[in-house]
Amino acid sequence: MAAQSTQISKPTSIPASKYVTLRISKFNPKKESSPKFIDFKVPYQKWTTVLDAILHVKQNLDHSIGVRYSCRQASCGSCGMKINGRPALACFTKIIELNSDVITVEPMNNFPIIRDLVVGFERMFSTHKKIKPYIIREDSEITPGTKEFLQTPEEVEKYIQFSNCIKCGLCNSVCPTMATDSSFVGPQALAQAYRYIADTRDKGKKDRLKIIDDSHGIWRCHFAGSCSQVCPKGVDPAMGIQLLRGYLLGFRS
Amino acid sequence: MRESVIMKIHYGTALAAVALVAVHVLFRLTQNFAESLEYESVIANYQFLPYAGMLEIILILLSIHGFNGLRVILIELKQGRSFEKSVTYGCIGAMALVILYGSRTIFLTSMGMT
Repeated sequence: MAAQSTQISKPTSIPASKYVTLRISKFNPKKESSPKFIDFKVPYQKWTTVLDAILHVKQNLDHSIGVRYSCRQASCGSCGMKINGRPALACFTKIIELNSDVITVEPMNNFPIIRDLVVGFERMFSTHKKIKPYIIREDSEITPGTKEFLQTPEEVEKYIQFSNCIKCGLCNSVCPTMATDSSFVGPQALAQAYRYIADTRDKGKKDRLKIIDDSHGIWRCHFAGSCSQVCPKGVDPAMGIQLLRGYLLGFRS
Repeated sequence: MRESVIMKIHYGTALAAVALVAVHVLFRLTQNFAESLEYESVIANYQFLPYAGMLEIILILLSIHGFNGLRVILIELKQGRSFEKSVTYGCIGAMALVILYGSRTIFLTSMGMT
């Protein structure tokens, strides 16, 4: 018993911190004409994420840093930003894995900057809503006389990866078409259109195909594939877009 | 016209043009290259009606494909209802002009009016 209490009270040794330079993009479009970078020396351990480092700066060095975050576990999709030039979730990127003494954080491309690292999601949410991201059918599971809509594992397999989307916007931020075409639906919404069209419970295929079959819809994708490269949840929007094209070209029904 | 129909035409014209241009290139191999470009050889091609017909089809296919490609590039560069309308009608007009001028050349040459 005595030995046990000795073990519990023994403090765990924490390795000494190393330091990294965190270069944060500061920009308030209402007051400034161009962004500027400010460097901060930040201590880190092997488990420190980029978001932890930003929050360390915010807490101890510069309270004015604008950053959006919430869950800290890659579930809410709030902390998307450009880390060393590549869009990623700050809470899902460890400093140690970047293998760099300087870490540059910037707001995502293809989104309007609200302040510093915070961008506006209005366009993405409106295109997401536009494709009707819900099951469309006349009856429902709670209608008397109906029962649960069952699916086989094979049917679920067709769309399940696309339902992992957390709307973080990383795919839209790397899309080359989004950079030039302000009316393009975007890989996020197109992947979600596929997610519902491929769902056997859904009856809204015709509606959704009509929405995306537009001059700024699915056909403006050039299949660069960057959207699939950056998705932190393993969604493959580029594949979803090609499968959707199959419906429109008559290869799939 | 729905965009999917336009894109089906776009892909279809590309495939058909590749096939017909391959035939056109293969015809060059029936004689040596320099000889195939001689004035008499070129005129003879135009005066051989099936070949002139094939050239006319290639002209139409490439014009449709090319001008639709141009439309796609332009509407991606700049957006706006009036801009898109002018690009669409501009491309249709330019396509019609190219087809008319090319057809005139093919028609006159095949009729021997050179």
